[in-house]
Amino acid sequence: MKEHILSIILFTPLVGALIVLLIPKEKKDTIRWVANIFAALGFLVSVPLVPWFWKTVDIPGFKFVEGSLNNWIPSIGVSYLIGVDGISFLLVMLTTLLGFVSILSSWNAIEDRVKEYYAWFLVLQTGMLGVFMALDFFLFYVFWEVMLVPMYLLIGIWGGPRKLYAAIKFFLYTLVGSVLMLLGILYIYFNHASQTGEYTFAFVNLLANGTAEYGALMNTAPQIAMPIATWLFFAFFVAFAIKVPMFPFHTWLPDAHVEAPTAGSVILAGVLLKMGTYGLVRFSLPLFPDVAKDETVRFWMVVLSIVGIVYGGLVSLMQKDMKKLVAYSSVSHLGFCTLGIFALNPLGLSGSILQQVNHGISTGALFLIVGVLYERRHTREIAEYGGISSVMPAYATVTLIMFLSSMGLPLLNGFIGEFTILQGAYTENKYWAAWAVSGVVLAAAYLLWLYQRVFFGPVNNPKNEKLEDLSRRELATFIPLVILAFWIGVYPKPFFQILEQPVNQIVRIVRPDYQLGPVRPPVEAQKAAPAETPATPATPQGAQR
Amino acid sequence: VNAAQVARWYTSQDYILALPMLLLTLFALGILVIDLLLPREWKKLNAVTAMIGLVFAAVAVYVKIYRPWHGGAITGEMSSAPTGFIQSVVMDPFAIFFFFLFLAAAAIAILMSVRYMEIEREHDGSYYALILFSVVGMMCLAAGTDIVLLFIGLELMSVSTYVLVGFLRSDKRSNEAALKYLLLGAFSSGIFAYGLSLLYGLSSRPDLPQGSTNLSEIAVSLRHYLVADPTNPLVLLALVTTAAGLFFKIAAIPFHQWAPDAYEGAPTTITGFMSVAVKAAAWALLLRIFLVGFGAPEMRELYLPMVVFVAVATMTGGNLAAISQSNLKRLLAYSSIAHVGYMLLGLVAGNATGIKGILLYLLVYTFMNLGAFAVITSLRRRQIIGDEMDDIRGLWFKAPTSALLMFVFLLSLAGIPPLAGFYGKYFIFLALLETGHFVLAAIAVLYIAVAVYYYFRIANAMFMQPALDAEPVTLSPGLATALAITGVFTVGMGLFPDMWIRAVNWSVQMAGGASSVATILR
Repeated sequence: MKEHILSIILFTPLVGALIVLLIPKEKKDTIRWVANIFAALGFLVSVPLVPWFWKTVDIPGFKFVEGSLNNWIPSIGVSYLIGVDGISFLLVMLTTLLGFVSILSSWNAIEDRVKEYYAWFLVLQTGMLGVFMALDFFLFYVFWEVMLVPMYLLIGIWGGPRKLYAAIKFFLYTLVGSVLMLLGILYIYFNHASQTGEYTFAFVNLLANGTAEYGALMNTAPQIAMPIATWLFFAFFVAFAIKVPMFPFHTWLPDAHVEAPTAGSVILAGVLLKMGTYGLVRFSLPLFPDVAKDETVRFWMVVLSIVGIVYGGLVSLMQKDMKKLVAYSSVSHLGFCTLGIFALNPLGLSGSILQQVNHGISTGALFLIVGVLYERRHTREIAEYGGISSVMPAYATVTLIMFLSSMGLPLLNGFIGEFTILQGAYTENKYWAAWAVSGVVLAAAYLLWLYQRVFFGPVNNPKNEKLEDLSRRELATFIPLVILAFWIGVYPKPFFQILEQPVNQIVRIVRPDYQLGPVRPPVEAQKAAPAETPATPATPQGAQR
Repeated sequence: VNAAQVARWYTSQDYILALPMLLLTLFALGILVIDLLLPREWKKLNAVTAMIGLVFAAVAVYVKIYRPWHGGAITGEMSSAPTGFIQSVVMDPFAIFFFFLFLAAAAIAILMSVRYMEIEREHDGSYYALILFSVVGMMCLAAGTDIVLLFIGLELMSVSTYVLVGFLRSDKRSNEAALKYLLLGAFSSGIFAYGLSLLYGLSSRPDLPQGSTNLSEIAVSLRHYLVADPTNPLVLLALVTTAAGLFFKIAAIPFHQWAPDAYEGAPTTITGFMSVAVKAAAWALLLRIFLVGFGAPEMRELYLPMVVFVAVATMTGGNLAAISQSNLKRLLAYSSIAHVGYMLLGLVAGNATGIKGILLYLLVYTFMNLGAFAVITSLRRRQIIGDEMDDIRGLWFKAPTSALLMFVFLLSLAGIPPLAGFYGKYFIFLALLETGHFVLAAIAVLYIAVAVYYYFRIANAMFMQPALDAEPVTLSPGLATALAITGVFTVGMGLFPDMWIRAVNWSVQMAGGASSVATILR
């Protein structure tokens, strides 16, 4: 069981999808039950991973590695090789949880073509998990493309009025990026073959103790000479930046979010966008360290991130549609994540990854919150609402918690992530942090203003007078998210511990001369270390790369 | 080989090598005779006869050619390829690959045809006989190394398809398409024959004053002239005319105008057959001529710019024109033009990976494109022609399996992994990167996005729009079998491509082509 845990997690949703397909489409409730059971199962099978992973938290590299080299397509060197390190572990857990939550939230929202809906949703789940687990570029690319198709159908079939436009826009934008990435992958594959004579797409070396470390393509790609390395960096970057989305590539996002059904938005914001940031951390930095730390490249990356933060915040302020507001707030929050990545230090990176998880939790919840109102009133216009807190008190409470978490209030998860990122950015350049802080202010503005308009004041609209409060099922979708938000906010230490090894590893590859200290959550760091720099000597292992 | 050593008389080996073609010819003639005896409602027996003929031919290829000379293994280097008919055919792995490809394509096309031709009220034995005759022509193209045989094969295939395109005698579109195809095809054949005659003239050199029609000899002679004068005008003229004829046959821009009309007017089954088998045969001919006849490195320098131009023009024109089509067959016609552009890039790269890419592309294309045409064939019902975009609307609600398979075929055509279509593109892109054609590679991948746009118009219609007519869409047993075969191959080759890649690695070996096809065997 333990050695196949990742495959089990990966394929449980797919099995669910196949079983859902076997049920006659008239039996809607049976389909719902089966789909929800498999979604819950998908989450439950991932739960044992937590204690098992925790035991190995200090071992570097990828754990629970499954598969062997070249076992899928030996003639061109493709392997079915999966494994997780701290970064992908957190994202895998986020995916299984959010997948369950969003499938649970669709019970009443989807009345039409129920069977297909759940089948595609479960396929999507497998695709997303595969992206985070793959240790082979070919496998990664396959999952990356595979998950586009169900998402396209989810938006295109169950979406809003402009669903066809939004669906195809989503697909084409992502595809343009990913085909360029394909060329990049093929180049480093070919380069590796001509350097070493070994044809493989794997980017890890398997170690004797069942773990794996960065190797193969990850060893040869960083040696590619400069002009080509820059081109390759951008081939990958475009794919990831579109997915994140970073500032000039973000225009597909509001369309996709506004048109997608609620659960689709939750998954889109909660998990799909993370593939972009995950790709940047996992591939862009260690594959092309010289380009990534190049001052000009880094400067522009940071500028794009900050523009995203500020622009996303400002546009959110202007929105009349709640869902669009949340969508643009994603652009702003993801700007923090990319800023943390290009700070290129342990604080920035671990903050960024934690913030990705936080964003999945809080923005996922925000989309659920919008969905709850939408299911009752079938409108998302902010002006249609007012005084909801007196009609739906439980709902208002949950919303308040999630809004506060999203805007980064201390003791909730958003604060930890953003603070760590800002800390990381500050150590590199204090102006970066200064600009980015405006995003926090803007977030408070648009979220609190939204809260005020929707929840406070008298109930002006007679249609809102008899809205039902959260049902038990709806409450169940929020509870795990609220718990996590508090947990990360109050006691983030285990999360940083999980991230320490992989993040340090990446920093060692990118900046071999960087003084690595222990990554600590901000509160503890303030207590423990006054002004002195930590005395831990830098590990010189990075020089080997 | 010295001409004096060549046997003056045909031996039994020659006939054994020709056995598949002989069998197909016999069966085709047999169908024509049997057809006269069959009453109208028994005409589908002709399809059975044709299928048996194809199976016999396939067994003959396997037992009499593949196993004795190539050991039945798809790995390792080609040891010896038997030649026959005074060196005019060679049964190398390249030829055998195409033999199986043609036979499979013809078999699937026949499976699709039975009910369709009944609905069209044109069910006639000559239809199946013509398909078999065209396969004979294709086999000559795949195995021929002599320009006379190549030309005969080309004409046998083309004339059969001219007739097949116009097989719906009462349909104006079909008649128009056949006439256009015939006129333009004959014109291009003329140009091609002119090019071949120039090549024959150029094959004379000091040590071979009488000249030769053999491609390997022509290659040596062309090299002889090009070493003296790298831009020999006569060689250039021969190159341009031969290439123009070839580009016409594979429907590359700017010689593509016949394709959309012919594809739209032809019976849907024949459109499918033409888009895969006829095209693959034309590709076999093109590769044989470009890699053997024009195999000299000096020659490659001459044709490379031309091929680059044609490849980019073909991808651009095919993809952009497909966007605005409302007829499904026409849309797939333009998309098939675009696919030719991708394959031409394999020739631009010109290394083993590139040629492998072309062969694999043709292989996967056969299944996915025939599958797409099989779904379109199923839309033809008694009162409904069923080849417009509106006719496929709401297919998901009427025939979910067909719709899902169509979606798979479309995704595969677009090159989304892990479906078969991806691997053809994979090798082409890899070959471009290996040979340093970065810009071409970037253009090629970006056109995938355009292709997805028009393929997804079909997907949108199937899944997201209600049906316009209430007429149900059902599958005949033959069509269902064809769909099952193409579907299983498209998904199966995508998930487990290893065996097929190894098969193509082996098939890329071409007799006499070693100079241009690097022998990377992995």
